Amino acid sequence: MAEVKLMKGNEAFAEAAIRVGSDAYFGYPITPQSEVIEYLMTEQPHMRTGMVVLQAESEVAAINMVYGAAGAGKKVLTSSSSPGISLKLEGISYMAGAELPAVILNVVRGGPGLGTIQPSQADYFQAVKGGGHGDYKMLVLAPSSVQEMADFVEDAFDVAFRYRNPVMILSDGVIGQMMEKVVFKPQQDRWTEEEIIKMNGSWATTGKTADRERNIITSLNMRSDAMEIHNHKLQAKYKLMEENEVRFEEFMCDDAEYIMVAYGSSARIAQKTLDIARSKGIKVGLLRPITLFPYPTKKIQEYVNNGVKGFLSVEMSAGQMVEDVRLAVNGKAEVEHYGRNGGIVPSPTEVLNALETQIIK
Amino acid sequence: MDLKDIIKPENLVYTKTKNMTDKELSYCPGCGHGTAHMITMEAVEELGITEKTIGVAPVGCSVLAYEFMNVDMQQAAHGRAPAVATALSRVMPEKVIFTYQGDGDLAAIGTAETIHACNRGENIVIIFVNNGIYGMTGGQMAPTTLMGMKSSTSPYGRTAEQNGNPLKMTELVAQLEGTYNVSRHSVHTFKNVKKAKKAIKKAFQDAMDKKGTQFVEIVSNCNSGWKMSPVKSNEWMEEHMFAYYPLGQIKKDGVLVNNSNQN
Repeated sequence: MAEVKLMKGNEAFAEAAIRVGSDAYFGYPITPQSEVIEYLMTEQPHMRTGMVVLQAESEVAAINMVYGAAGAGKKVLTSSSSPGISLKLEGISYMAGAELPAVILNVVRGGPGLGTIQPSQADYFQAVKGGGHGDYKMLVLAPSSVQEMADFVEDAFDVAFRYRNPVMILSDGVIGQMMEKVVFKPQQDRWTEEEIIKMNGSWATTGKTADRERNIITSLNMRSDAMEIHNHKLQAKYKLMEENEVRFEEFMCDDAEYIMVAYGSSARIAQKTLDIARSKGIKVGLLRPITLFPYPTKKIQEYVNNGVKGFLSVEMSAGQMVEDVRLAVNGKAEVEHYGRNGGIVPSPTEVLNALETQIIK
Repeated sequence: MDLKDIIKPENLVYTKTKNMTDKELSYCPGCGHGTAHMITMEAVEELGITEKTIGVAPVGCSVLAYEFMNVDMQQAAHGRAPAVATALSRVMPEKVIFTYQGDGDLAAIGTAETIHACNRGENIVIIFVNNGIYGMTGGQMAPTTLMGMKSSTSPYGRTAEQNGNPLKMTELVAQLEGTYNVSRHSVHTFKNVKKAKKAIKKAFQDAMDKKGTQFVEIVSNCNSGWKMSPVKSNEWMEEHMFAYYPLGQIKKDGVLVNNSNQN
């Protein structure tokens, strides 16, 4: 039987990073995610697997280190929290443009500015709608447990390499800091040089051998006609993600008249709200989007077609994901938002009250 | 004898290194970048390390260096080449990694990445082409622009009150424990090209031997940005640039060289 460990979400992410055979992690300390690099430095993964861990001089340097390692066809990760992710966005845009796979963890804290060190979900727009410059998308995974902080590392690398695109794990200060039971998969080997050349040799800078042309990693094209073609290629890729990569979890949605939509730690709170509401006889369900891009738009449209009367988006923000719910519902049912800001985590009864006053009425 | 009887492969006295592509250079006529590219690539070929050399191009005039250098290359965000090179060197320690950067890239926006890569002693080669101006964007003032020099953002001449003094990055990084060879060269005469190439070759060898960071500055001209003819720009460079940025070895085999102002 697999060993069960009690760990923080940040530590689980770090341990999983070693277990999936990552080649490198580059990061910079920031609360509430510093346990990631602390755990990695303590574990000395270069002794376990040969994985490189380096504390960079800034988030800017760290993301550009990720660019370099990803461009060599390696499995590379970084992590940060909101202000640090803002600094990384330039590099993320370059990686999307140059089509580089990598895994980026954001343990979101309250903003704007230096904000707070307490949990928030106010970086939804930044993660899902682009954030950096140019028309690009990241695939965004939203864990709602410590177990998922571990499991999503492998899932994230899988889609990152399948699409040659950066993938963000959008967590928050609750999931990063809380301790839960977690079970890890066995250690996987890091890719050998031969495997990397076989899989990524058509584009990665592994050293120009006589049998091939040089490989170039760049996001630059001086010709606007060629740049438009490149943009079309990227958009086609994002469309494929929308068709194939949508993930969500449903709780008691089959007979629901009302549906709460919540991701990450808000989904955990909404689960408790769901229990209380159901015990009061309210026919409510919960949709937990696991991928935030691509978004479970079609699923929400199904609910609307099946006669769901109203939706409540529950987020620790002033109302960001609610816009995607509204886009999906397209005016055919009531959509409201309930959230707290600046690092305040709502209670299940607060959410229930919002459901009863804003949606059911 | 007809001309076509002379132009035959067996009569060749000089061939371009295979490490340069056949693509026409995008640099202005008279610019030093072409020569700096060529000697870098020749050094790589002569050391027999083409297959394990990976270059990092900057943002600036040499942003398209990867079009001309026939090795695997990555184009970095503005100033971040040393960070990109750090990762390449760390995840592929058996490879030889170099950056090729201008003064705006290395000495302004990328100052932090430059200093920290050098301070960590990353086993990389940094080729730093300093022409005292932002060429690509149209001749704006750089951190290396000389005092009193006019540019499109210092139209009345650089002053210390407004802009501070020109930054000597090479002397600065030489003070760091992580750097191994630090030198300043030029490529405007045959003699100087030979010296620069020798330094670049040693830099690649010592990076390969994991001796630390190798820093080679090439003081160059920007005839279009300086608004001079190529010949005049080289004369002006000798008179003014070399006076402030003296050529020579500043650190050799990990030891600071005295009288670094002597060439």
